[in-house]
Amino acid sequence: MIPAAFDYKVAESAEQAIALLGEYGDEAKLLAGGHSLIPMMKFRLAAPAVLIDIARISDLSYIREADGHLAIGAMTKHIEVETSDVVAQHAPMLAHVAALVGDPAVRHRGTLGGTLAHSDPASDLPAAVLALGGTIIAHGPNGAREIAANEFFTGYFESVLAADEIITEVQIPTGTGAWNYQKFNRRAQDWSIVGVGVADGGKGISLVNMGSTPIRATAAEEALASGASAADAAALAAQGTTPPEDSNADAAYRTHLATVLTRRALEAAGVA
Amino acid sequence: MDVSMNVNGQSQSHDVEPRTLLVHHIRENVGLTGTNIGCDTSSCGACTVHLNGQSVKSCTVLAVQASDSDITTIEGLAATAQADGSAIGEQNWHPMQEAFQQCHALQCGYCTPGMVMAATSFLQENPNPTEDEVRQGLEGNLCRCTGYHNIVKAVMSAAGGA
Ligand SMILES: Cc1cc2nc3c(=O)[nH]c(=O)nc-3n(C[C@H](O)[C@H](O)[C@H](O)COP(=O)(O)OP(=O)(O)OC[C@H]3O[C@@H](n4cnc5c(N)ncnc54)[C@H](O)[C@@H]3O)c2cc1C
Ligand code: FES
Ligand code: FES
Repeated sequence: MIPAAFDYKVAESAEQAIALLGEYGDEAKLLAGGHSLIPMMKFRLAAPAVLIDIARISDLSYIREADGHLAIGAMTKHIEVETSDVVAQHAPMLAHVAALVGDPAVRHRGTLGGTLAHSDPASDLPAAVLALGGTIIAHGPNGAREIAANEFFTGYFESVLAADEIITEVQIPTGTGAWNYQKFNRRAQDWSIVGVGVADGGKGISLVNMGSTPIRATAAEEALASGASAADAAALAAQGTTPPEDSNADAAYRTHLATVLTRRALEAAGVA
Repeated sequence: MDVSMNVNGQSQSHDVEPRTLLVHHIRENVGLTGTNIGCDTSSCGACTVHLNGQSVKSCTVLAVQASDSDITTIEGLAATAQADGSAIGEQNWHPMQEAFQQCHALQCGYCTPGMVMAATSFLQENPNPTEDEVRQGLEGNLCRCTGYHNIVKAVMSAAGGA
């Protein structure tokens, strides 16, 4: 399978990428690791007329400890998040989840900015960033803005990102409490049928593949905050969700999985 | 557009359409057909090559993305191999190729180039793996003959573990 023809442009900086997005408008798409976009183009589910390659912007590939958070450049690859000592020390949940993405070859290409921008409800890292209370920094023609992960995802493969904006950085609070991540799938290398992320001792609980976006299990979080047991809180994990149905699972099974996996994650994190 | 890259130590320049996949570029323009195409959907790993030393699935990389990069294919692994794929060494196989031979880690051989490239990249990142880590490290490579047992044995043996 070969993608439809397109023009290929290389952006050397975020500013240049924004300028190119301005020039080509809706015709253009940014290309980071390409491990979501190229498969879609091969299936002709996407056929942008112009690809703007941002993977060569080395300024956007970094992992830094800042004041109370980790700052990770959008072009940082999954493998770098997975193997970084700084991430292991300050946001170990993110390193752990990065290592669960696809297989090593996928992790050698895919980027943190790319997986967030792609906003696939079945993806692991967006859910981890959501549970951890991360912040997404986007740059556009009018400068930078900060978007809380809570407010970032708006629908199936959709986010608040404007067509002329580029994610430049992802910030993850450091020093947060106990965590666990449960990825439930049946074959090596697959996406989660359902996944559950528990961050900061249960203050952040996120669900993978339980709706059109990665979502917080708000009812379970609130129950825990008001003193419910892990088991009682987990029973509420699927409240308000609209799980998808596919060949792997129907909605009832996903609902069941969400409650079981949330209980397992809370118990493994040591949340009583 | 003009795309230059270093393939198995040889500089290669070709005029390619931007939509050309790296695997097609390697097979059809560079002319090295050791890299196979299996699923064409980034699932099977038959097309695995090294891009700047790391395993990638070349069916999911555009040739233009690899311009100005170093590519190693299965033909470039053995010390005696020629970059054009001729005279693939009878001696001086790469230790991983040697281990695949010794451990009977191939049946039809279709997955083998990708397996070997994935396995060598994996051992660079994890030189002393456990058997379980080898299985995890090769999870992106499928063997339709299902000869996983001996493949894992070969990788352990190349790592000096068994
Ligand atoms: C075989 C396979 C298995 C996988 N398994 C998993 C899995 O188990 N779990 C999982 O979570 N993911 C999985 N993935 C997806 C993988 O994590 C992708 O790398 C990731 O979703 C996209 O990142 P990318 O850098 O490749 O983005 P690209 O494919 O380059 O881009 C994706 C989208 O985001 C946009 N974009 C990219 N970067 C930016 C930016 N900085 N600013 C604004 N927009 C941007 C692009 O325009 C495009 O629309 C898998 C992929 C493959 C091929
Ligand atoms: S052909 Fe590339 S992964 Fe199967
Ligand atoms: S040896 Fe036949 S596919 Fe692996």
